[in-house]
Amino acid sequence: MRSVRLRQVAVFLVLAGALQLGAIAVGKPFWQTQLTMSAYYALVAVGLSLLMGYAGQISLGHAGFFAVGGYGSALLTTWDLSAHKAAGVLQALQAMGAVVARPDPFGGTVLTVHPWPAAVVAVLLAMAAAWLVGIPVLKLSGHYLAMATLGVGTIIAAIAVGTQALGAADGISGVPPLPLLLGVGVGGATSQRVANYWVAIGLLAVCMILLLNLVDSRVGRALRAIHGAEDAADAMGVDTARYKLHTFVVSAGLAALAGVFLTHFNGGIGPSEASIMKSVKYVAMVAVGGMGSLWGTLGVSLLLNFLSLRGYFGTLDDAVFGAILIGIMLFSPDGIMSPDLRRILVAGWRRLRPAPASVEKGASEEGR
Amino acid sequence: MLRIRNLDVAYGPVTVLRRVSLHVNKGEVVAIVGANGAGKTTLLKTITGLVRPRAGEIALEGQDVVRTSTEQTVAMGCSLVPEGRQVFASMSVRDNLLMGAHVQYRRGKKDEVAADLQRVYGLFPVLEKRRDQFAGTLSGGEQQMLAMGRALMARPSLLMLDEPSMGLAPLVMRDIFATVSRVASEGCTVLLVEQNARSALKIADRGYVLETGRIVLQGTAEELLANQDVQRAYLGRDVNEEQEGRP
Amino acid sequence: MAGELFFQYLIAGLTYGTIYAVVGMGFNIIYNATGIINFAQGEFVMLGGMTAVSLHAFLPLPLAIVVAVLVTMVVGALIEVTFIRWLSRPSVLRMIIITIGISILIREAALLLWGQDVRALPYFTGNEITSIAVGGARISPQVLWTLGACAGLVVLVTAFFRFTMLGRQMRACAANRVAASLCGLPTRNLITLSFVLSAGMGALAGCVVSPITQTQYGIGTGLAIKGFTVAILGGLGNSLAAVAAGLLLGIIESFSVSLLPTAFKDAVSIAVLLAILFARPSGLFGARAATRP
Repeated sequence: MRSVRLRQVAVFLVLAGALQLGAIAVGKPFWQTQLTMSAYYALVAVGLSLLMGYAGQISLGHAGFFAVGGYGSALLTTWDLSAHKAAGVLQALQAMGAVVARPDPFGGTVLTVHPWPAAVVAVLLAMAAAWLVGIPVLKLSGHYLAMATLGVGTIIAAIAVGTQALGAADGISGVPPLPLLLGVGVGGATSQRVANYWVAIGLLAVCMILLLNLVDSRVGRALRAIHGAEDAADAMGVDTARYKLHTFVVSAGLAALAGVFLTHFNGGIGPSEASIMKSVKYVAMVAVGGMGSLWGTLGVSLLLNFLSLRGYFGTLDDAVFGAILIGIMLFSPDGIMSPDLRRILVAGWRRLRPAPASVEKGASEEGR
Repeated sequence: MLRIRNLDVAYGPVTVLRRVSLHVNKGEVVAIVGANGAGKTTLLKTITGLVRPRAGEIALEGQDVVRTSTEQTVAMGCSLVPEGRQVFASMSVRDNLLMGAHVQYRRGKKDEVAADLQRVYGLFPVLEKRRDQFAGTLSGGEQQMLAMGRALMARPSLLMLDEPSMGLAPLVMRDIFATVSRVASEGCTVLLVEQNARSALKIADRGYVLETGRIVLQGTAEELLANQDVQRAYLGRDVNEEQEGRP
Repeated sequence: MAGELFFQYLIAGLTYGTIYAVVGMGFNIIYNATGIINFAQGEFVMLGGMTAVSLHAFLPLPLAIVVAVLVTMVVGALIEVTFIRWLSRPSVLRMIIITIGISILIREAALLLWGQDVRALPYFTGNEITSIAVGGARISPQVLWTLGACAGLVVLVTAFFRFTMLGRQMRACAANRVAASLCGLPTRNLITLSFVLSAGMGALAGCVVSPITQTQYGIGTGLAIKGFTVAILGGLGNSLAAVAAGLLLGIIESFSVSLLPTAFKDAVSIAVLLAILFARPSGLFGARAATRP
């Protein structure tokens, strides 16, 4: 059990290494930047996959949690508290190292929250928001839940775009790097590009291990029971409400974590990260990767995000995701890893070959 | 009128009907009895086209109906009174009946509809009494009558009923079966699927016994009623006791 | 609040409210017939307006509107036939994602066709400064057009469902699809018709309100959310309640401008949506179960 998981992660790390070396080999080392960003977006998608695939819940507002994480840490690390320097609370925080004085891009000194406590606050804030929203909303199902999360996401997006303190349409920039060990920090410096790539991959790997463990554990089995037949699960004593809520909160936390890291990497965040279109794209990635498949979602997210960031979809970016959504839902609702897709492909292959195929008459309709 | 040959029906990997063959002659009342899960409902659904079989033939008056849609099958004269009544709860009794007459409108037989409506009210006076009420407010027995009336509005040549007695009180059940008999005597061919073997066989000419998807017995109704296996399996003492004392 | 201002807010609220009501009704028609929440509903409104504007370049206004409505109805039919019809018993999740995908595609197609331009039909009578005196205040005649057209739509559609044979057939199909096909009703076509009807309603509303609100490729999404809010507020599946709910939402939204900055106007309807979902998902007037998957 454990060894399979570790082996999968090992394969992932090797592939990640291959990608990186490949990028450098073809003379495009800057691809690492897009890969790093894709990895963080993939983290959001993987958390969403847990929610949608295992707990069977829909969230159309996950970009909102990403934004809470990103904006939270961005705001705290760029908000100059110098004016209130004398306040007792601030003095205490400064002594603890939670608030630091640092040089700003314009040559002065600003007093801002240290990135780490800011990150913790931002992620906890997102998880608290998920908790509050989740309690009433997770009682609902189907369209209702989708719309509620859409609503929450839209409100967060509206706040992001409309609030001056959050930079309105321009967002927040000038976010300092998140310091890690050995002088490495999560930030945009070209010299740190390789290190940042591995930080992102590493974070993704660690989270995958945790999620895979979760899925295999008692909790995971409970989740699958809920997804399969909620009433039955309830009757058997599974605390469905609690599990759904916890999953929702965890997936929100992962999204926020990704938001924090990506904001530090990019040095800023803008309201487009909170948009509904972003949320829809995350859903698309989960749908294509297969709602129950964590690795499938991860792979698909990396690919789609990379292509999108590199601009391969051009101005049709949104349309491509829309088409992908429809295509997958129509033809292979379990994603690209599904047995359905394999069956369709095999059937198509058989039809091309002259050998008589045993076409099953009653095969595909009633009873799906 | 209806001929079924080697019908195989499956829901995904589960085979529900295996090489089922039966026939219904014009003017007959044929009963199909069997326990829950034997495949009786699936059989009727397949005949009307709600379910597609994996193999086999179904011919209605010589014409293949396997490949036809439900709407076409109904237009060809085969009406099903479904299990569980399935009335249009949010519509009035009268509207329910008019919906049933749709095929008549399509055939251009509009003028017959009014007369048919009276005929149905004649068969089921309670429906006339409640004609403007929402169908969802009717009792189980009344809804069963409504469902039957609705099917009759299409002037079917073959009327199929799926467990008409289910969930009904014995007295109401008796009325329903009596009405089925009456409709049959007026020339309609009837295919009746029932768990309540005794009542079904009593009004039938012939019968089939369906067990886990296979026809295991067939014969005239009297033969089946007298058959020891049938008696043991389907006419057991409990059912007898329920029916005892009722003429 | 001064009487004049109050009246202006009220009128604005009613104007937008009737549009929301029409979109909500469209939601309900499709929901009743198929159990699907059509996220693309708002796009019908957008398509109606944009198509009419383009057609108006070489057609007289009334004709442009009629053709635009017809074109949108065809689009509605195409959507149903292409994406919805041949799915057999899809899950709720799947349908939601599909309709979201459809709305994205329509929006992107509109962006491709018309760009980001904001367009508007001309005022049906007079222009943007014409006003009519009503009860001591002045309102634009377009408001009367909007209120009239939407009210007319509601009346016509309700009458259609209650009194015509086709309407009753659609109700039967919505009430119990299996039973309807057992009556020989052409259920697949009736469902397509529900999409056609919803599309047409949305398109007409889009044309009528275009001079006031202007139309742009992206207005569909917001309208869909508001339309859904209205449908839920009234009780999902309850068409007449959607009308009342639409007016209510329009008025709430309009008066909120006096309390909150305009940038948050859209957020108000979402807040209403969330409030209803949290407190009373079956809506003000009752609907089908919210928790049944």
